[in-house]
Amino acid sequence: MSSETKQILTTDGIPLEVSLKKAERKNKIKAFLLVAPLLLFLVITYIFPIGEMFTRSIDDKMITNMLPKTFKEMESWDGQELPPEEIFSAFYYDYKALVEKQEHGKLGQRLNKEKNGFNSTTKRLFRNIKRKKIDESASIKEQMMKVHKNWGKVEYWQAIKRTAPPYTLAKYLKGMDMYYAADGSIAQVEEDRRIHRILWLRTLEIAFFVTVFCFLMGYPIAHLLATLPMKYSNLLMICVLLPFWTSLLVRTASWMILLQQQGVVNDFFVMIGLVADDSRPEMMYNKVGTYVAMTQILLPFMVLPLYSVMKTISPSLMRAGKSLGGTPFVAFWKVYFPLTIPGIGAGCLLVFILAIGYYITPALVGGASGTLISNQIAFHMKQTLDWSFASAMGLMLLTGVLVIYWIYNKLVGVDNIKLG
Amino acid sequence: MSKNPEFVKFDKVDKSYDGKVLVVKDLQLDIAEGEFITMLGPSGSGKTTCLMMLAGFETPTHGEILLDGNIISNIPPHKRGIGMVFQNYALFPHMTVYENLAFPLRVRKVEKDEIDKKVDKALSMVSLSGFETRMPAQLSGGQQQRVAVARALVFDPAVVLMDEPLGALDKNLRESMQYEIKHIHESIGVTVVYVTHDQSEALTMSNRIAVFNDGKVQQLSNPAELYEKPVNSFVAEFIGENNTFNGEVVDIAKDKCKVKLANSEILANPISVKSKGEKTTVSLRPERALINPTDKMDNMFTGKIEEVIYHGDHTRVRLNLLGSSEFILKVPNSTSNLELKVNQDINIGWNSADARALDPK
Repeated sequence: MSSETKQILTTDGIPLEVSLKKAERKNKIKAFLLVAPLLLFLVITYIFPIGEMFTRSIDDKMITNMLPKTFKEMESWDGQELPPEEIFSAFYYDYKALVEKQEHGKLGQRLNKEKNGFNSTTKRLFRNIKRKKIDESASIKEQMMKVHKNWGKVEYWQAIKRTAPPYTLAKYLKGMDMYYAADGSIAQVEEDRRIHRILWLRTLEIAFFVTVFCFLMGYPIAHLLATLPMKYSNLLMICVLLPFWTSLLVRTASWMILLQQQGVVNDFFVMIGLVADDSRPEMMYNKVGTYVAMTQILLPFMVLPLYSVMKTISPSLMRAGKSLGGTPFVAFWKVYFPLTIPGIGAGCLLVFILAIGYYITPALVGGASGTLISNQIAFHMKQTLDWSFASAMGLMLLTGVLVIYWIYNKLVGVDNIKLG
Repeated sequence: MSKNPEFVKFDKVDKSYDGKVLVVKDLQLDIAEGEFITMLGPSGSGKTTCLMMLAGFETPTHGEILLDGNIISNIPPHKRGIGMVFQNYALFPHMTVYENLAFPLRVRKVEKDEIDKKVDKALSMVSLSGFETRMPAQLSGGQQQRVAVARALVFDPAVVLMDEPLGALDKNLRESMQYEIKHIHESIGVTVVYVTHDQSEALTMSNRIAVFNDGKVQQLSNPAELYEKPVNSFVAEFIGENNTFNGEVVDIAKDKCKVKLANSEILANPISVKSKGEKTTVSLRPERALINPTDKMDNMFTGKIEEVIYHGDHTRVRLNLLGSSEFILKVPNSTSNLELKVNQDINIGWNSADARALDPK
């Protein structure tokens, strides 16, 4: 049968498939040219930076390039005992070259991150090289051990060896409050220093509850929007969208005015006698502020997908449910609610993903207990300038979002999402 | 078993949505048990509002609706036990056919075995056995329609309401569904209140038809009477085709009256005219006028053929008669067909009993 279908020819004897391809080729090229600018734009602004972020987050080439001879000699060193003379002299010449290029400071800092005490150890070697106290014809190993006792300790040489590979996952481990121990195994940082894990959990927690709050508040609004007569629903729609059109910064700032201790809300509470004037509750610079402001800001992202789905649900379905004997609640729960699930899915996914990477609002109203992982990323971008760590955390966040998307797809099915 | 002639009763029901305009005016309507009654009327005539009030989705502004002698105005829709078929079927799109049919039974806490039995029975009634696991979207329009009918009947309601249920189907399917619904009604004897704006649907299916216009029932009678004996010119106009003459009564007797037209006089049957000098609209069905009548008829005129349109089973002829060029004749296409040509003059005759002098338009 397949051979028969293959032999279909057009009237002038060209196989149908070939003819079809020829006829469609022009359209295909046109279609591709139309999307080409976007494709190029995406590659330049999205795929390329993510790739760049990834290489930066695992890149450890700087030190590999600084100590080429050392690492070459170290290939045959098993790392159990103090290295032989060749490694010492290789390191010495590498370091001397760095001193001449005035890059020895960077090496000291980098090694110090790997093992505390390296800074002073290398500085002492630097001073001896400057004063030309090292006799290059004698044993370099013994002279270096005399310069600083740390050169005689095997842990320091092990630390150098660990930095040999051009790539490292150390930044990712750091993002999860873990590190490579001296023997190369993965260890946890002390309990009182595990700040990142707290931040990750807090980010998830805040994103989750913001999503829940948005859903609880957005569902009735969306329902009202979808069922009210046009003239009222238009007005309500503007009320929903108006904050959406206002600058994020302005909205966050207005929440600061409302929520601060001498702010409008607290004044109101005092006025109606809910709280005493001298014990005004803290509603900002903590989680409460983050919750309130983020819920308000992300609400339209919940309302709009819900609204677009609810708009398509015929009111006669609820009527049918009731006329068939279902109480209003049963009709809602068995008929209306299941039909809004695609909108709920889209709204929740949208709000959750936006919330998980939220930055400005928590930075302004979150205080210490209300900041999220994105604030930590920004901190490393701007304050510590540890861009590779910031990249690693950014990628972890991205991976997290993708995992959530995947789970969601397994549970609800992305095809069921309706954004409008 | 004696049937209750007032099984459903609209008692002086008024309905207004905005407090200014009455959509339904002083409706008085009794529906007998087991009857198939159709509310027929143009859109905006109040027929759907009546149905919605009966179903409980609208409340009467004034008056009461009684079901089997009980006032139901204060009973919420889900407790009325009235089945309803909606215009766009309103099948639950996320449930299978079985779940759709089981819904009214499940909310009534019927046993699982009983549900299976009833769903089976209802599906075989609409000849859809074996479709239980399909989703509504996998069914054709006609099949969805049948599921909707089965769902409205599966919980044995006393009354079933149908709100233009066949409106979305194509012509052939609509006709076969009309017979199907009629047969289902005959076999289970449920009271059906049917709303439509399609007169042929109403004539085919109903025991009685209530013609609505302007919030009022214009005429309530069986299909034959409605067609043959319309009581006013709206009904005559709305049901079937109609030739009309506007004129003034110049002479009136018990069963005949003389109506003066622009430049001639015709004899008619006085229905809503009482005395000389009244304006009237005379209505005559196209098939009641004959060409070259052999019997003596009391209205005999000559007209000129303006247009001949072939319609398959019959031919429509438009004539210029008595100063009007809109006079329509329906001539059945039989073997002894007449030669009808445009511009030909032909003799037309009809009996005065068939020409009904109604209220003026």
